Amino acid sequence: MRIVLHIWRQKNGRSSGKMVRYELPDINSHMSFLEMLDVLNERLIEKGEDPVAFDHDCREGICGMCGFVINGTAHGPVRGTTVCQLHMRHFQDGEELYLEPWRAKAFPVIKDLMVDRGAFDRIIAAGGYVSVSTGSAPDGNAIPIPKDNAELSMDAAACIACGACVAACPNASAALFTAAKISHLALLPQGEPERHQRSLRMVAQANTEGFGACSNVGECEAVCPKKITLENIARMFRDYIGASWTRRPAGASRG
Amino acid sequence: MRHNPRIPSGAVETMWDRCRFEMKLVNPANKRKYSVIVVGSGLAGGAGAATMGELGYNVKCFCYQDSARRAHSIAAQGGINAAKNYQNDGDSVWRLFYDTVKGGDFRAREANVYRLAQLSLNIIDQCVAQGVPFAREYGGMLANRSFGGAQVSRTFYARGQTGQQLLLGAYQALMRQVDAGRVKMFPRAEMLDLIVIDGKARGIVTRDMVSGRIESHLADAVVLGTGGYGNVFYLSTNAKGCNATAIWRAYKRGADFANPCFTQIHPTCIPVSGEYQSKLTLMSESLRNDGRIWVPVAKGDKRPASQIPEQERDYFLERRYPSFGNLAPRDVSSRAAKMVCDEGRGVGHTGLGVYLDFADAFQRLGRATMDERYGNLFEMYEQITGEDPHSVPMRIFPASHYTMGGLWVDYRLMSTIPGLFVIGEANFSDHGANRLGASALMQGLADGYFIIPYTLGDYLASNKFEKVSTDHPACKEAEDNVNGITRRLLGVNGRHTVDHFHRELGKIMWEYCGMARNAAGLQKALARIPELRDEFWRDVRVLGENEELNQSLEKAGRVADFLELGELLCLDALERDESCGGHFREEHQTADGEAIRNDERFCHVTAWEHRGPGVKPVQHREPLEFHYVLPSVRSYK
Repeated sequence: MRIVLHIWRQKNGRSSGKMVRYELPDINSHMSFLEMLDVLNERLIEKGEDPVAFDHDCREGICGMCGFVINGTAHGPVRGTTVCQLHMRHFQDGEELYLEPWRAKAFPVIKDLMVDRGAFDRIIAAGGYVSVSTGSAPDGNAIPIPKDNAELSMDAAACIACGACVAACPNASAALFTAAKISHLALLPQGEPERHQRSLRMVAQANTEGFGACSNVGECEAVCPKKITLENIARMFRDYIGASWTRRPAGASRG
Repeated sequence: MRHNPRIPSGAVETMWDRCRFEMKLVNPANKRKYSVIVVGSGLAGGAGAATMGELGYNVKCFCYQDSARRAHSIAAQGGINAAKNYQNDGDSVWRLFYDTVKGGDFRAREANVYRLAQLSLNIIDQCVAQGVPFAREYGGMLANRSFGGAQVSRTFYARGQTGQQLLLGAYQALMRQVDAGRVKMFPRAEMLDLIVIDGKARGIVTRDMVSGRIESHLADAVVLGTGGYGNVFYLSTNAKGCNATAIWRAYKRGADFANPCFTQIHPTCIPVSGEYQSKLTLMSESLRNDGRIWVPVAKGDKRPASQIPEQERDYFLERRYPSFGNLAPRDVSSRAAKMVCDEGRGVGHTGLGVYLDFADAFQRLGRATMDERYGNLFEMYEQITGEDPHSVPMRIFPASHYTMGGLWVDYRLMSTIPGLFVIGEANFSDHGANRLGASALMQGLADGYFIIPYTLGDYLASNKFEKVSTDHPACKEAEDNVNGITRRLLGVNGRHTVDHFHRELGKIMWEYCGMARNAAGLQKALARIPELRDEFWRDVRVLGENEELNQSLEKAGRVADFLELGELLCLDALERDESCGGHFREEHQTADGEAIRNDERFCHVTAWEHRGPGVKPVQHREPLEFHYVLPSVRSYK
């Protein structure tokens, strides 16, 4: 099949970029999208042109490293699928595709389709964990966890931090990402002691990073390759509001 | 003695306790005076860096990905073993120990394996406490499933994403230490050399993958948790970025490489579909709990699976290994699949595939239960192949998956360079010649959470460290070495891309050093690889420059190292003139194709010492002794 690509080319974070047109006349429909880009890059190198830089690693949809926008949709047209798991059989012969990096203030472009998602690490560092040092754990079966809670928690924990939710959101909000971690831990007894503190700190960090606010548009859920639901955002705000009302300032007496 | 394993004395069940008691401690107030470099942020590196941060050491942690959370441990699907015996089905630390030594075909150290089985209990507890959402029963207790090579149900899991959830647990613990200021993360940084000063590992040279800056980092000790070298086969289940550069460059600085020929070919991967293929995707071994593997009885039977009646199907694992059936170990299952395909009974358009059929399980358990267990795997299969495993059987074929070999380490996980520790898949220690399913996660976390924090403390407390700075001539020399390699790669400006050479190497490795090996083939590979390496250095094309983000340059350095490692792998495979575990030498098999081990000549670890470019490495042997699980013919019949 023949595919026409228009790809965002940008040398580095300091220069400006532009769309460049490439044509691939002979793409096999069993290829993955990234394998198609591999073919393009091999040809560019053979012609002495700079290959297209894009992030990728596991190529099985779990590491969260890959991701860009295809014709305006983060990770492309197939729901619940990262771009590395997207195959060319979902496209038409002769189709024109426009590839762009995630666009958000908090995700500066590094080169071509690659962006810096360090902000996500800093949100997790702001309390997206259970404070339990190695060696201090009770027996794994000491605290029973209802199966339904474990399943719901797992649904949220499946987030791969790819950043598609931010790219799809008109506000470039990181609400779905932040909420997935807050939900994952809030639904388990192990996460309970730090539940309030966690929601306050993580939400504050997301704001500091320059992500926008959530206005319930729902684009994030639509593009999420792991089908993380909006329900998690509701849970996050419930915790956040509750914490804002009831939290004692650090060091306050217990009297 | 260069390869003193430093195994503690006494009975195997007391060794680790005694070792912990005998090791020196670092006073809590002094820990912050020490610094440690950890390379890699997967289950081993991430868990180790987090735990050493908790203890109070100053830790620098490096990874090549954009975040510590992306290490390839994340892709492990099926589960993690622990001898909890929650199922009351006869499991114990002893049984896990026994299964693992036997599964490794008697080529692992008993002492290490026993410790691994003991620590398996603590790992599950630790992960549950971190909030890892393991699968649960309705009563709220932890659920288990079965894995290959075991007759008990001891595998803990989080759907088909166990590696992801365990890694996120370690990552979150790591980020907690970043928050506390005790760990500094260096993402998008690649280790390109090891700095050795006065005989001790004291630092690394890294390349910042965004700016290209080459930099020396110094510390009191260096820990490598950089994973395996499965990508030497080009097509593998590893991530595209997985590479052996850190361990290979440490090898060239004096860390001996042990058992490189012990590589694992995983039986259940999605088959290759064409020349453009960039990687292979695993379908978890857990599927073999409920899936049945078969091929047509008749050669060249090209009918669709649904039209082949029951009596014309050969469920070859159930037939050959009735007591383990579809859950025979990985090496055994892979070879059995190769055998039926060699007979011309393979399925799919390439003839390189066998069916993994869930029809019986759907009938027995219903679609809902099956989807709860394997839903994400079914989806992944459909995304890749365009076929729905609910209605047609999966097609699977073996692929390179894991490497049991790695840098030689003693019982305390220290390599032949003092101060260089190696953990997780990067070392060679616990799996012998074949790793059982759900044991890699266990080993990575045991090394990271529970072993390295102790043994590294002992090393720090037992040694004096001169203050060194990055002006030291050893840093300059290592940086010059790195810059020299880069200049050479950029200077060739030949005709072919880096991937071209990597694919060629992969074909040689798979053909002559894959699932089955023989002396003639290995000699061919040993002749062909140096030629290919010469072609690479004469004709590779790497565009751009060092001082920018340059993905071709990153790949070129890694492939240059694979082109050397591949040769050592074949050499080791040639020298080990026996069949054991994943290393199957066609010269040594029974009439029905089972492996024949040679304990008289090969009951040892082979450790290779680098002696300079173009010089044959020196072979050392660490004898293996078995006092508890006596070597026997491994039978799964």
